[in-house]
Amino acid sequence: MNVFLPDLVVSLVFITYAIVMLLSFGGLLTWVERKQAAVMSDRIGANRAYIKIPFTNIKLVFLGLFHGMADGLKMLLKENFTPKTHDALGYFLAPFIVVAPVLLVFAVIPFGGTLDPAQLFPSLASWFGGRTYPLQIAQLDAGILIVFAFSGLTIIGTMLAGWSSGNKFSLLGGLRAGSQMISYELVMALTIMGLILVYGTVDLGAIVRQQSGVMLGVLPKWGVFMQPFAAFLFLTAAIAENKRIPFDLPEAESELVTGYYTEYSAMKMGLFMVSEFIQIAIVGALFTTLFLGGYNLPFMSDAGFLFPGGHTVALSHGLVVPLQMLGFLAKVFLMCVIQIQIRWSLPRFRYDQMLSFAWKMLLPLSLANLVVTAVAMWLLEGGQ
Amino acid sequence: MTTPPIKPSATPVVRTVKYERKQYWNEPTMTWWEKAYLPEVLRGLAITTGIFLRNMGKWITGRRGAITTYYPEEKRADFAPANRGKHILTQRPDGSPQCIACNMCATVCPAKVIEIESAFDINDPAHPKSPIRFEIDYSRCVFCGLCVEACPEDAIRMEQDIPDLVSGDRYNMWLTMDEMLTWNPKQDVLKPYPPKPVALTVSDSILRGRESSTH
Repeated sequence: MNVFLPDLVVSLVFITYAIVMLLSFGGLLTWVERKQAAVMSDRIGANRAYIKIPFTNIKLVFLGLFHGMADGLKMLLKENFTPKTHDALGYFLAPFIVVAPVLLVFAVIPFGGTLDPAQLFPSLASWFGGRTYPLQIAQLDAGILIVFAFSGLTIIGTMLAGWSSGNKFSLLGGLRAGSQMISYELVMALTIMGLILVYGTVDLGAIVRQQSGVMLGVLPKWGVFMQPFAAFLFLTAAIAENKRIPFDLPEAESELVTGYYTEYSAMKMGLFMVSEFIQIAIVGALFTTLFLGGYNLPFMSDAGFLFPGGHTVALSHGLVVPLQMLGFLAKVFLMCVIQIQIRWSLPRFRYDQMLSFAWKMLLPLSLANLVVTAVAMWLLEGGQ
Repeated sequence: MTTPPIKPSATPVVRTVKYERKQYWNEPTMTWWEKAYLPEVLRGLAITTGIFLRNMGKWITGRRGAITTYYPEEKRADFAPANRGKHILTQRPDGSPQCIACNMCATVCPAKVIEIESAFDINDPAHPKSPIRFEIDYSRCVFCGLCVEACPEDAIRMEQDIPDLVSGDRYNMWLTMDEMLTWNPKQDVLKPYPPKPVALTVSDSILRGRESSTH
């Protein structure tokens, strides 16, 4: 097998970037969630954990940023208590099955424009041999399908956790998680169908590139302006898929202790928590990619800004790539904040309400959206 | 012993009142606008987001966007004027505690938090007993004020403050006599005391009496 060394190096850099970004998002979101919830309910929020500089009396608090670190340390150092009746293999595997697909989903999401290493590092131009790299770990044609395939694996982990714990609360939580996630995954997929009709591809990189233009003169050609209804349905279904309030029935603490991970302790419980927070970032990234133009800033192309009035601002390649990556991160963060805002504003559904909401409301609506989109696309293409 | 036979009643009672289950709850009265759920969700989100932005704006501009008080670094300014949260021991003009170690407060205390150890001073015939240890366990004190009412000497009072004993250890929650005398010291001005008499030498008569009794 002939491996081109620069490709390998670039891929490793991308993978490192993605994993570091996702894990730091997961850690940061615990802090954001605490602080945002506190600010919107007139409180201050976590602000006590500190790091003391040795031999001084200086305590670094940094607005409570170290609480996440304290949480992580606590979960790593706690006793890993396991129930007597658990199924050893399933109990051991479940947290990893929950976390791994969540991280894998990011492989197909483009987190920036096209990178031309020869322009950034002219001295290495001959080594790279004129190749360019889209900022995406795996440029797969089946982008969205991969996303759904991997996020479907998470269900196995949650159901396995519920079943193998040997606890009725866990079992109920696992059952609920199974039915809820399967229902909402259907809705999620159906809302995306309209988008696939519009873009004519399931490759996420191609979808983002199609969103770089301008439509109707001023609006950026983002998915949210083409399919606003689908965007709303997708966000709803994605929050439900993530099992967050108002759809947190599988772990409803007033009914099921903590549902399917009741019997987990220490870092195994931490893995469930981390996967939940990373999934917030993943949902944000997916929403950004599909509906908010991905890494595209409004009126910006690889050459620079082109505003509707005809005014142009040329940017160098070394500026465009970081701008696009930062734009992507900013959009993802905004979507995370919106999800947290929803989580702290709405009360939990009843279980039957949650299921009938999926099957009687979201599913028909997404089907209607699909039909309307299909007819509109058919008419736009000449009605033949 | 025989039980009397039960006489059947002449006309059997027939229940004709139909039992109706009482409804203890209200039927939800929602308009179709509220039933549509989404507009109300958006309204709720608008409210919470509004509050978030208002508070965040305050934080960013250097004001406090929360009603929280940083305890123990700060104390709330809005305690009620009637709040009495900390004990003191009043002093005589010469600075000695007015307490006579009678144990009335410790007896009446419903939480049994007062511990008194008394000293005996033969040279002060007016007040021979005084506390050498007077401690209150604030982790258990219920702040009922019965000790103040029970005190015959007006020696223990409660002041307008909070105990402010922040500790990770319950043994640091004891208020000692030192602090009760030195923090916000008060004298009983209504009851001026003559200065403590000059120390009595143990007189010959007592010694003689003791000797005589042994003989």
